[in-house]
Amino acid sequence: MIILVERKKGISKKEIEHVAWLARIEISKNELELFSKQLNDILAYFAKIDKVDTENIPPSYHVLDLVNVFRKDDVKPSLPEEIFQIAPQTKEKFVKAPRMA
Amino acid sequence: MSKIKSAEIKIGLEVHCQLTNLKTKLFCSCSSDYRGEEPNTHICPICMGMPGTLPVLNEKALEDAIMVAIALNSEISDRMLFFRKNYFYPDMPKNFQISQYDKAGGVPLALGGYIHINDKRIQIRRIQLEEDPGKLSYDGTIESSTHTLVDYNRAGIALIETVTEPDMETPKEARQFLEKLRSILEHLGISDGSLEGSMRCDANISLKGGKRVEIKNISSFKEVERGLNFEITRQRSLIERGITIGQETRHWDEVRRITISLRTKEEEQDYRYFPEPDLIPFIILKDQIKEIERKMPELPDERRRRFIEQYNLPHQNAEILTRSKAMADFFEECTKLYEKPKEISNWLIGEFLSYLHDKGIEIDELRLTPRHLVDMLRFIDEGTISRKMARSLLQEMLLTGKMPDAIIKEKRLEKILDREYVRNIVEKILKENPQAVKDAITDEKAINYLMGKLMKATEGKIDPKIAGEIIRERLSELAKFAIS
Amino acid sequence: MSRYIELPAYEIVDRIKAHELMAEDYIASLYERIKRIEKDVHAYITLTEDLAIKKAREIDKKIEKGEKTGRLCGVGIAIKDNICTKGVRTTCASHMLEKFIPPYNATVVKSIEDEDGIILGKANMDEFAMGSSTEHSYFGPTHNPWDLKRVPGGSSGGSAATIASSMATLALGSDTGGSIRCPASFCSVVGLKPTYGLVSRFGLIAYANSLEQIGPITKDVRDCALLLSCIASHDPLDSTSVNKPQEDYTNYLIDDINGIKIGVIREFFGEGTQDSVEKGVWDAILKLEGLGANYQEISLKNLHYALPSYYIIAMSEASSNLARYDGLRYGYRIPDKSYDWSTVYSKDRRFGFGFEVKRRIILGTFALSAGYYNEYYLKAQKIRTLIKKDFEMAFKRFDVLIGPTMPILPFRIGEKVQDPLEMYMCDVDTVPANLVGMPSISIPCGFSMGLPIGLQMMAPPFKEDLLLRVAFSFQRNYPTLARLRNYE
Repeated sequence: MIILVERKKGISKKEIEHVAWLARIEISKNELELFSKQLNDILAYFAKIDKVDTENIPPSYHVLDLVNVFRKDDVKPSLPEEIFQIAPQTKEKFVKAPRMA
Repeated sequence: MSKIKSAEIKIGLEVHCQLTNLKTKLFCSCSSDYRGEEPNTHICPICMGMPGTLPVLNEKALEDAIMVAIALNSEISDRMLFFRKNYFYPDMPKNFQISQYDKAGGVPLALGGYIHINDKRIQIRRIQLEEDPGKLSYDGTIESSTHTLVDYNRAGIALIETVTEPDMETPKEARQFLEKLRSILEHLGISDGSLEGSMRCDANISLKGGKRVEIKNISSFKEVERGLNFEITRQRSLIERGITIGQETRHWDEVRRITISLRTKEEEQDYRYFPEPDLIPFIILKDQIKEIERKMPELPDERRRRFIEQYNLPHQNAEILTRSKAMADFFEECTKLYEKPKEISNWLIGEFLSYLHDKGIEIDELRLTPRHLVDMLRFIDEGTISRKMARSLLQEMLLTGKMPDAIIKEKRLEKILDREYVRNIVEKILKENPQAVKDAITDEKAINYLMGKLMKATEGKIDPKIAGEIIRERLSELAKFAIS
Repeated sequence: MSRYIELPAYEIVDRIKAHELMAEDYIASLYERIKRIEKDVHAYITLTEDLAIKKAREIDKKIEKGEKTGRLCGVGIAIKDNICTKGVRTTCASHMLEKFIPPYNATVVKSIEDEDGIILGKANMDEFAMGSSTEHSYFGPTHNPWDLKRVPGGSSGGSAATIASSMATLALGSDTGGSIRCPASFCSVVGLKPTYGLVSRFGLIAYANSLEQIGPITKDVRDCALLLSCIASHDPLDSTSVNKPQEDYTNYLIDDINGIKIGVIREFFGEGTQDSVEKGVWDAILKLEGLGANYQEISLKNLHYALPSYYIIAMSEASSNLARYDGLRYGYRIPDKSYDWSTVYSKDRRFGFGFEVKRRIILGTFALSAGYYNEYYLKAQKIRTLIKKDFEMAFKRFDVLIGPTMPILPFRIGEKVQDPLEMYMCDVDTVPANLVGMPSISIPCGFSMGLPIGLQMMAPPFKEDLLLRVAFSFQRNYPTLARLRNYE
């Protein structure tokens, strides 16, 4: 006897936590609860795309027929000072990031 | 206890080479000449990934990349796409890298190909274009620093990534592959391997069909051989203790010379590759490839064959010379000034190369020029100095960069050719060594002994031929005397 | 004086150039209007009064000296706050970029300034352009000038509200899934999403880069053609910018639509479309028929899958486009310096982003992740191809395709914001144009219970001329349908 188990369309709380880590967004316990309900509602709605037969249909990553747009290898002035002074934390001429370990 | 044969080791490499001959970065017009500059001076809104900015591909980068693919015998895609590799890291301005991929609909620059080393083919899996991240540094070590210092000058520099199949069987082969790749890129004129950080690689190694271990953070080719040797030793000792090697990523610590486990969540990394929406596909026509191929400079293998034919060099000499473009160039410059190529090559692959290896330096860091070597060789031909003296002369030139004639005069290295002068010294030595003189009549070894004494007394400056003649002359005179 | 601020841009330009109207007076009047009603409407995040008056004076001087002036001479323009303005705060209505001042201009801003347009300020929007109501703004919602208790639409709600209430004469918005057309419909103004690739995206802070375009939001169709002409040009800084010669779209403002074939998309009148909207739009279609056009209904079956496909693609791209906001090089950074980099990033983004943005990033990350990529992202992109093909077939039979812009009338503030999915459903009629890349315009076609109804028309890629022609003819013949909110 073969038992077919239909994969549940949705995202578990554990998956939400993993995905939130991949996306570097810290979420609180309350947010996890709220998101769990909302995201699963949305995914249940998205599931309707399963009904479409897309066998042998290529994806449309780009809607334009444009190809081969280039730039010449010529130096143009940089904008270092203006960009550097926007950084929230700096040390001497470096952008200061938090510790790695 | 099982002994692992070298045939059971599989090594693959992922090499990142900067296209150092480009004037600008891959997707923006910042100057690519950042070495030695102050941090964060070669940055613009685009390479900093500021909100609203967009990438535009450097035309020359693609041309250079096509040349590499041709040189590596790779199959160039006719419709190339850029993909995003998504991950967070402080050296990544956009927290994704614009790169290429060979799955999920991705089409990189080229697939397949090979490089020959020692008559063995190392196969290439793919070649792709991508952007370099910035550089991190610390106050102290990575573990102890309370913060991280980021310099984005390097962010956006054009890289060519070459991924090999795990065809290498020893760490030495891995190093040879890297040297050959570097030589090819330098001969193409697109990358200068002597620039700091211009070539980096990650290595993959598996023993006896076990799981693959990736070693990251290898900053130079020398370190590759060291790192792999360490890893083999480490894995073997674990296997002997019955421990299985699991798939993992390790970090090469250059200072302590060990690999450390990166047992962080980096291993759960999911790069979520998808096509870069801000860049359109790139069509590469066969005609364009032919045109580029037509204009390609001479490659190392070609050059090696030419050296053998044109200069009548032994295979070994030609092979060693063409391992490095700088060395091969130096050789050819010498041949323009001096008509004995084999002689030149012997000196280069011998003394010269040993010196470079010992000091760990590159040929263009030397003060020595082709003129230096050629003048020295002429002095040997003229008999001004002996071969033995020439070796010391070479060392002195390498150290000081002075021309041969200056050193010869300074250190009075001229071979002593004055027979009268030699005769006096020989007299003195024969007097001081009566037993040897007696023995010399019958025993050849004693003559050598006397020759040695003579050489020592004259600091090797005597022409050995003349010295030999005079000693034998004197000895036979003495012998006559003894008999009569 | 305040009469002038209700005039369309092309008339302002004529009068300023003719020296009948001083740019400085007119700009000052706009700010007077702003001072009066902005506290109720809240269309702006940042006002740039000093800069604007200064620019106006310069233009008046130019006119006095008889120097050449641009096509937008002296006109006051509101710029959606996701379009970078050099030296002027650009926030995307987010806490994350609350203090961000870009050191560069978007290409469209440069184009406007080159044509002597005057920037009045940065318009409110849904955070990072994610929304259909302008309720997801860190700075608070914008109110619909027609009924302050209702939403102006989104995400370019601020831009549309400035036009409807004459707090600006022209406005720029951006449209990823309907963000220009939706607020145009809800505010009874004209909004055009150009063909993908027609207008440079350099300087447009990306939400979903394969779908979005900057476009004009204006009082009438002529202004729309004027502004489009100024911003639609090839940009070497944008690899997705088409290389075609710049056009003057005002040339297509011809009052003749005889024989134009109109296709009425059946799926746009599906369940969820309010009766009053349906009636209003059909009235407009019949009016067009009366002007000489022919219409027929057409069914595009794959449109049922347009909305989920759109959201999957948009959220996936967004999750990657917004990854750069980590507080390191710019943007919000938590004050606590003791955590490691990964934790700092996670907290910066937790507090810097609003809920809707976080939801979309998480879903987008999920849709691209290992194991789910084929099922979501790839599948959606394949459906996109099917929908593209459907429209290509439809355009073989018809010149333009028509339907309502929004299935509903403007709803109350707070009514849908707690239910993300319900909010997403509002985009059902607008997303197809973004998926296909074709141009789409929304023009006012009447009111119901005092609330605006929008008529949407789509044309094949690069056929803005058709849209402008039909829209112009409609407005020319039925001018009273395009009212502005009267504050006298």
